[in-house]
Amino acid sequence: MAAKTVLTGTHFMNGDYACCEGAIAAGCRFFGGYPITPATEVAERMSSRLPDIGGIYIQMEDELASMAAVLGASWGGMKAMTSTSGPGFSLMMENIGLGICTETPCVVCNVQRAGPSTGLPTLVGQGDMMQARWGSHGHYEIIAVAPSSPQEMFDFTIRAFNLSEQYRLPVMIMADEVVGHMTEKVVIPPEDSIELVPRRRPAVPPEKFRPFKPDPDGVAPMASFGDGYRVHITGLTHDQRGYPVMDAIAQEDMVNRIVGKIRNNLDDIIRYETADMDDAEIAVVAYGIAARSARRAVREAREKGLRAGLLKLNTVWPFPEKLIRELAGNVHAMIMPEINYGQMVLELERCAAGRCTVRLVPHAGGSIHSPKTVLNAIETALKEA
Amino acid sequence: MGAKRGRKPALRHPQDDLLRTDRIPHIWCSGCGIGTVFSCVLSAIKKSGHPLDDVAMVSGIGCTGRMAGYVKLDSYHTTHGRAIPFATGLRLARPQGKILVCSGDGDLLAIGGNHFIHAARRNIDITVVCVNNFNYGMTGGQLAPSTPFNARTTTSPIGCPEEPFNFCHMAAASGAVYVARWTALHIRRLTDSISEALQKRGFSFVEVLSPCPTSFGRRNKMGKGLDIVKYYHDKSVIRNNIDPKEATLDFSTNLVVGKFVDIERPTFLDNYQLINKRELPAWPASTDKGAGKKAAGLV
Repeated sequence: MAAKTVLTGTHFMNGDYACCEGAIAAGCRFFGGYPITPATEVAERMSSRLPDIGGIYIQMEDELASMAAVLGASWGGMKAMTSTSGPGFSLMMENIGLGICTETPCVVCNVQRAGPSTGLPTLVGQGDMMQARWGSHGHYEIIAVAPSSPQEMFDFTIRAFNLSEQYRLPVMIMADEVVGHMTEKVVIPPEDSIELVPRRRPAVPPEKFRPFKPDPDGVAPMASFGDGYRVHITGLTHDQRGYPVMDAIAQEDMVNRIVGKIRNNLDDIIRYETADMDDAEIAVVAYGIAARSARRAVREAREKGLRAGLLKLNTVWPFPEKLIRELAGNVHAMIMPEINYGQMVLELERCAAGRCTVRLVPHAGGSIHSPKTVLNAIETALKEA
Repeated sequence: MGAKRGRKPALRHPQDDLLRTDRIPHIWCSGCGIGTVFSCVLSAIKKSGHPLDDVAMVSGIGCTGRMAGYVKLDSYHTTHGRAIPFATGLRLARPQGKILVCSGDGDLLAIGGNHFIHAARRNIDITVVCVNNFNYGMTGGQLAPSTPFNARTTTSPIGCPEEPFNFCHMAAASGAVYVARWTALHIRRLTDSISEALQKRGFSFVEVLSPCPTSFGRRNKMGKGLDIVKYYHDKSVIRNNIDPKEATLDFSTNLVVGKFVDIERPTFLDNYQLINKRELPAWPASTDKGAGKKAAGLV
């Protein structure tokens, strides 16, 4: 009997496994990866699941090769992904740039551990947030989601695939060791209730097709190997035909397109959740596992009668600039706990633009924030207000 | 070089149906051997008889890497060194048709060396054509893993202190099912070899010794492109089927060319499907189980 693709039902499952199930439910049939703690379980489960559902698992010789193979598989017509952690993420950066430049849909799951360098391989960190945004050379926009639970690993992985197909780029799942390794309830819905974005195929015959001529929403249809369109793609600056053009005009056209397709669709891409924000004087803005500590701190603050609320960022890139600008005028302070020494808080400060106080609750990594630490920051901010 | 960019030449070239003629003139220097090799690749593709919509070319970065930009096939110009892993993903996602990887010696065997040996080990079903011009031509002629000992390049101005790889030996040792080497002047033999390589199932490798008059030739006072390729050809000696280890490039004696390997071996996908049928007995084979204990007299 053929194996099930969508494991509809209620499971007790870790985040790395939930990521796999989300990917498979989203139609992912290619995984190219390299073992690395704490993302290895993603590769392991993919290696056992994919062969039975007509998919390919290949363990590449390193992360450079993994990312290149994922791009190749995407042009071969499969939905494709890889997973990694800090050191591997660094190695993937060059080919993530190729994916951006050639507008190749695929998904990269980074189960973050503490760095720099080899750091704490088995323990949590959120130190790759700016690398996700700027890690490959040149200027571009990226999409990254940040799950805070195994359930969100499932849900956000599906969303990551949908966004990658909708906007034709590598989409990053910025998970972390705690989310990857914790085991919680994961509800997988019936297959027919999962909405998927299919790959946009050419609507014109080969002689009229221009591989990088965008549809009105800024995204071009994509022809795979063997479709008869005989496309040329390159990491060089190229025109709508995909041909290299070495001048400033072509550069501006291309960069405008790959930046514009994200910047012009922010409302469609950006997702967030709020709790207790209606009358909040202090907004705790958090993402990923740090949002779990933040949620508890906000609840405890409310129990003490303190007017604190939570803004949980489900999409971290593009950053919700408009939302933060508006919020900055309505609160005394914004507090951001993150497991680094200040990355996304820089964006928060930029968007708050001095209209409210912005406070980082730093953590060097290795464990998550104690809710008490976040609560203390809320209380301090209220005293200062 | 006379035609303006974008204007179609008045005369049709016999390979026009396989060329992006709107991209001509190409970037290759006068006297460069890549054009000749490119022409042999195109002839071999036609000769192989595969439907052209089902043939892809993947290349990396460098002068040879630009081949993918001129061929009218599905063609992928990737990052430096990563043509083979990109082709691996492309191959596994779409097992039908043929995939050629055309790139230079530096791209395939320095920065991409690890991918080269692993793709050969896995027997990924691709044909790799390596244009070996003994240096990094595009960046102006630096030493490469192919640069002969004592040859001058811009980063070995006194003479290259390193010994080069024997690419054919490495391909064979890594598991390639087809290995051949020719010079860019062995037009017919080279074309036949690429054509044969395209018929193989698995990792096939064809190395071509090719002149780079602008960078490598100039610094070693080797003359014009034609002089250099003639020199390689004159120095060459055909030794079909010899052990690739013996297929050396020794400029003081001779440059060994020929077809060195032509074997059959299951591809990655053959074995992937075999394993996933779950019909194989567990490893190690049952007869071997406990062999160590028996030998030690423990059973």
